[in-house]
Amino acid sequence: MTKSAVLTGRHFMMGNIATAEGALAAGCRFAAGYPITPATEVAERLAERLPEVGGTFLQMEDEIASIAAVIGAAWGGKKALTATSGPGISLMLENIGFALGTETPCVIVNVMRGGPTTGIPSVELQGDVIQPRRGSHGDYQIIALAPSSVQECFDFTVDAFNFAERFRTPVFVLTDAFLGHMREEVLVPEPEAIRLTDRNLFPRGVDTEALPGFLDTDVAPMPVFGNGHKAHVTSSCHDAYGRRNVVDASALDVFIRKLNDKIEKHRDEIVRVTSDIEGAEIVLLSYGSIFRCARAAVEVGKSEGLPLGWFKLETLWPFADQEIAALAERVKRIIVLENNLGQMFHYVQAAAAGKAQVSFLPPRVLGELHEIEDILKAVREVRQ
Amino acid sequence: MSITAFEHPLAKYIRPSAKTTANCPGCGNGILAQAILQAIDELGLTMDACVFVSGIGCSAWIPSPSYFADVLHTTHGRPIAFATGIKAALPDKHVIVVSGDGDLTAIGGNHLIHAARRNIAMTVFCVNNGIYGMTGGQVAPTTPIGLTTVTTPFGNAENPFDICELVKGAGATFIARWTTYHPRQIVKTAKKAIQKKGFSFVEVVSQCPVEFGRKTGMGNTVQMMEHYKQNSVTIARAASMKPEELTGKIVVGEFVDIEKPELIETLGRMRAKAMGTN
Repeated sequence: MTKSAVLTGRHFMMGNIATAEGALAAGCRFAAGYPITPATEVAERLAERLPEVGGTFLQMEDEIASIAAVIGAAWGGKKALTATSGPGISLMLENIGFALGTETPCVIVNVMRGGPTTGIPSVELQGDVIQPRRGSHGDYQIIALAPSSVQECFDFTVDAFNFAERFRTPVFVLTDAFLGHMREEVLVPEPEAIRLTDRNLFPRGVDTEALPGFLDTDVAPMPVFGNGHKAHVTSSCHDAYGRRNVVDASALDVFIRKLNDKIEKHRDEIVRVTSDIEGAEIVLLSYGSIFRCARAAVEVGKSEGLPLGWFKLETLWPFADQEIAALAERVKRIIVLENNLGQMFHYVQAAAAGKAQVSFLPPRVLGELHEIEDILKAVREVRQ
Repeated sequence: MSITAFEHPLAKYIRPSAKTTANCPGCGNGILAQAILQAIDELGLTMDACVFVSGIGCSAWIPSPSYFADVLHTTHGRPIAFATGIKAALPDKHVIVVSGDGDLTAIGGNHLIHAARRNIAMTVFCVNNGIYGMTGGQVAPTTPIGLTTVTTPFGNAENPFDICELVKGAGATFIARWTTYHPRQIVKTAKKAIQKKGFSFVEVVSQCPVEFGRKTGMGNTVQMMEHYKQNSVTIARAASMKPEELTGKIVVGEFVDIEKPELIETLGRMRAKAMGTN
């Protein structure tokens, strides 16, 4: 009997397992990876589950090969994923740029750990949130989602595949050691209730000499391999037909802009924030696992009569600058909570553009969640 | 018949929009470019039955963009890793990697040995010109010891790889070496390599007159091909030669042709079992 790709029902599940199950529910049928703490459970789960649903998992010789194989499988028509942690992402960055340049749909999970460099593998930090945006060389736009619960590990991984397929681009899911190893209730819907997006395919019987398959800001149909499209796929500067042009700088201008604009143009379709700012003067802005602390602090603070609200970034990239600008018009103060020395903080500050005062509450970088009392203490201080 | 009416019998395999080559006059790449197409033609395969993958460097431009087929032109050193994902997704296609010695044995050496170890069905053609041609003649892991290059101005102090021995040690199931002086032999070998159900590796020792010949003093295209002619010895002949007689010689022929379980097929059987459909 064929096993189900969607484990419909109520589960008590680890975050990394939920991420893997989200991938399977989204239609992922190829994954490649290399062991790394604290992400390994994603690969272990997929190694067991992918063959059951007709897929393939390969443990590669390193992370560079893992992302390369994922991109290769995506061109072979598969929905594909790799999961790693900071050091692995650092190794993958060149080929992530390749995926951006060739418009390859794929999903990259970063279960963030304590860095920089080898750091402490088992400690949770949010130190890699700018990395997807600026890590690979050159100008580009990317999509990154930040789940804050085990349920969201499942849901956002499904969303990541949908975005990857819709926009033909690599998409990041940024979880962390805390979320990855935490166990919570997860509700997996019926397969029919999971909305899935599939890439727009190149028309059958047509080759890429006749029809453009690249550089459309509304996303060109993908000439996946094996269908006789005779696609020429290069990450070097190319035109809409995939023809390399490395002699004309104006072609480079088009190449860079089209790829950027493809995401920029559709940012309203992608950017996702949630908030509760009813009657709030001070808003705690956060994302990922640390959002849990922000929400809890707002609940406690409100019961004490503090005029608090919360604002959650569900997507980190493209950046929710317009949404934050609107927030800054409505409230006096934004306090940014993140488990690093202030990374998204600078983007938030720029987006608020002085309309609201933006401050950063530095955590102790011990891989701990923020203490609610520490947060409220900071709130009381800024009120004075 | 006028000369303009003549069309090369393999021209149908060339991408219509690919009007020029990036390769220098006298480059050996054209010999392999033609040999691969000749092999595909003689095997009766269509280009749609193949997916080509190349890396970075002059020889990576053999399939990209010239071959009218699915072609993935990848990052430096990584074509085999990309090809691994393609083969997993499209097990019925002939996945063919064409790249150079620098791409495959220096920056990409890890992927080469691991693909050979896995015995994944793909064919790797390695153009070994003993130099980094595209970047202007820097020493490679295949440059003979003592030769002067732009980054070894006092002579190369390092030992070169014997790439065929390397992939043999890693477990490849088909291994051959020829030079550009042996175009017919390359075609014959390529036909076997493409059909091999396993990891097949074909090294083609090739002249780079511009960046190798000129800078190392090995001469022009004709002189280098003359050198290949004079110094190539078959495997059978090499077997009867003393080690000191083999110094500076290029041993050519098919070194390995063995059978081992192939990765994708093995995974397919495991998948059928896991799915409960076997």
